[in-house]
Amino acid sequence: MSLFDHPFMVSALLAGTGIALACGLVGYFLVLRAQVFTGDALSHVAFTGALAALAFGVELRLGLFAATILVALLLGVLGKRGRADDVVIGSVFAWVLGLGVFFLTLYTTNRSGGGTGNATTSVLFGSIFGLSGGQARAALWIGIAVFGAVVAIARPLLFATVDEAVAAARGVPVRLLGFGFLALVGVTTAEATQAVGALLLLGLLAGPAGAALALTDRPYQGMVISAALAVGSMWGGLLLAYYVPKLPPSFSITAVVTVVYAAAVVRGRLRSGRGQVAVTAA
Amino acid sequence: MPGNAAWSISWNVVRDIQEMWSLPSMVNAYRAGTIIAVTAGVVGWFMVLRRQTFAGHTISLAGFPGAAGAVLLGIASGYGYFGFCVAAALVIAYGARPGNREPANESALTGVVQAFVLACGMLFVSLYGGFLNQVDNLLFGSILGITDGDVILLAAVAVAVLGAMAAIGRPLLFASVDPDVARARGVPVRLLGALFLVLLGAATAEVSQITGSLLVFALLVMPAATAQIITARPGLSLLLTVLIGLVVTWAGFAFAFFTIYPIGFYITTFAFGAYVLAYLVRGAGPVLAARVSRLRSANDAARAASAV
Repeated sequence: MSLFDHPFMVSALLAGTGIALACGLVGYFLVLRAQVFTGDALSHVAFTGALAALAFGVELRLGLFAATILVALLLGVLGKRGRADDVVIGSVFAWVLGLGVFFLTLYTTNRSGGGTGNATTSVLFGSIFGLSGGQARAALWIGIAVFGAVVAIARPLLFATVDEAVAAARGVPVRLLGFGFLALVGVTTAEATQAVGALLLLGLLAGPAGAALALTDRPYQGMVISAALAVGSMWGGLLLAYYVPKLPPSFSITAVVTVVYAAAVVRGRLRSGRGQVAVTAA
Repeated sequence: MPGNAAWSISWNVVRDIQEMWSLPSMVNAYRAGTIIAVTAGVVGWFMVLRRQTFAGHTISLAGFPGAAGAVLLGIASGYGYFGFCVAAALVIAYGARPGNREPANESALTGVVQAFVLACGMLFVSLYGGFLNQVDNLLFGSILGITDGDVILLAAVAVAVLGAMAAIGRPLLFASVDPDVARARGVPVRLLGALFLVLLGAATAEVSQITGSLLVFALLVMPAATAQIITARPGLSLLLTVLIGLVVTWAGFAFAFFTIYPIGFYITTFAFGAYVLAYLVRGAGPVLAARVSRLRSANDAARAASAV
């Protein structure tokens, strides 16, 4: 029986591809803007959003998307030019996390019986093998839509990222771009949370992008590499989890991302080390 | 037992506190809370000053796989906390290559480290199998069942961390405020930075045994952020940080004791309340001053007009 005969595996591959595409590209800009912490904060906000939705009995995805997009925009408002200070971000999300724990208690005490920890673990650590066909297709399309949106604003966003002052002087709407980008990060976070969990999507955002940055200085090449590495790591992780059932898929995906990142960083260092030697020899 | 209906809150605060402290475990919880609030306050103050919140958050999360791994291996969870937190601190301190893209590289590295340690934690929990409530405790903390021995151990670690902080405090402050000048004066900026992250690791390992891995960060960042809004003077704001941390922790424990909601919710909410209040007061200060001076000049003008 082949891999593709299992509907859960096909769903996981479809959803994973969409999510990885979005995470790879959004992550590249997050890393370039040194804003990974924003992604970190939003992933914790996703946890609270999901638990709030559970506690009040509304659709889980509604809570996820509403919480991440709202807080993403709030973080933009709190900072200058659509970028928030790390300390502000830290204070806000530490509190949001406390709220999440509150909703968790509300949810577990209001429900009669049942496993108390299941909701937490699935929100925090994801359940990509548990997606239905419809959910997987939605994840794929949302991922592709985010990918397309980032591609559409890539040029001005890159300009605003690399040299904000000059971009602003040239009439690039730096602030608006910052907000738009943060909203896209919010959408990506909410979507990825359903698959790999609130705590692990940071790896998909930071890992492939960090690797791309270590491999090339050219931004457009970096975007392609980052997205490709993200999709590759996702497929590798899913296959690993399929053949080694003891490994939870979220772990295997993150582990592959980590290995890819470490390999890229080592390769980048070796290359630049050789470059330095050549320079000294000359 | 916290959350037990037998312990009802009344408006007589003294009686409430007596009732709460009649339990030895609650007295120990307060001792432990006091120790961790001071330690987290001092270390967190430097973390906020150095704008290393992301690194601090990542290191504090490393306690989760540490503890889960220790449970899996059947050793005391304290070793796991310290091992993983300090290891994560070292990777972050020495992993990022200095250069023109250091902020971007460092933030990518920190993100990968965070995702990886959490994934390890998840793997350990799933290999261990079952006891999901224990996961909640590792992540969200529990103030139950703190023994005298735990308190003594916490105090010993706190003394060591605070002693080390006192020893490197002055050069670290210098290196944090103006790294270039400090480097020129021969201060070992990079070594100090690494040393600080290791101390941060030790402190978070200590604190997270009580508060859980997800909530250490609140005690690290919020009191310090609040104090640094209130005053720019280093000594005073450090003192304020510790004070705010203590009040928030004590109040959080008391509310958690008398209600069913968890400690983490109260501590983060009180701390965030203080932060927002400080923010608003500082923002309102200049506005009020401007309004007062405008009123005063209007008065002066009116008086001048009436005098004519």
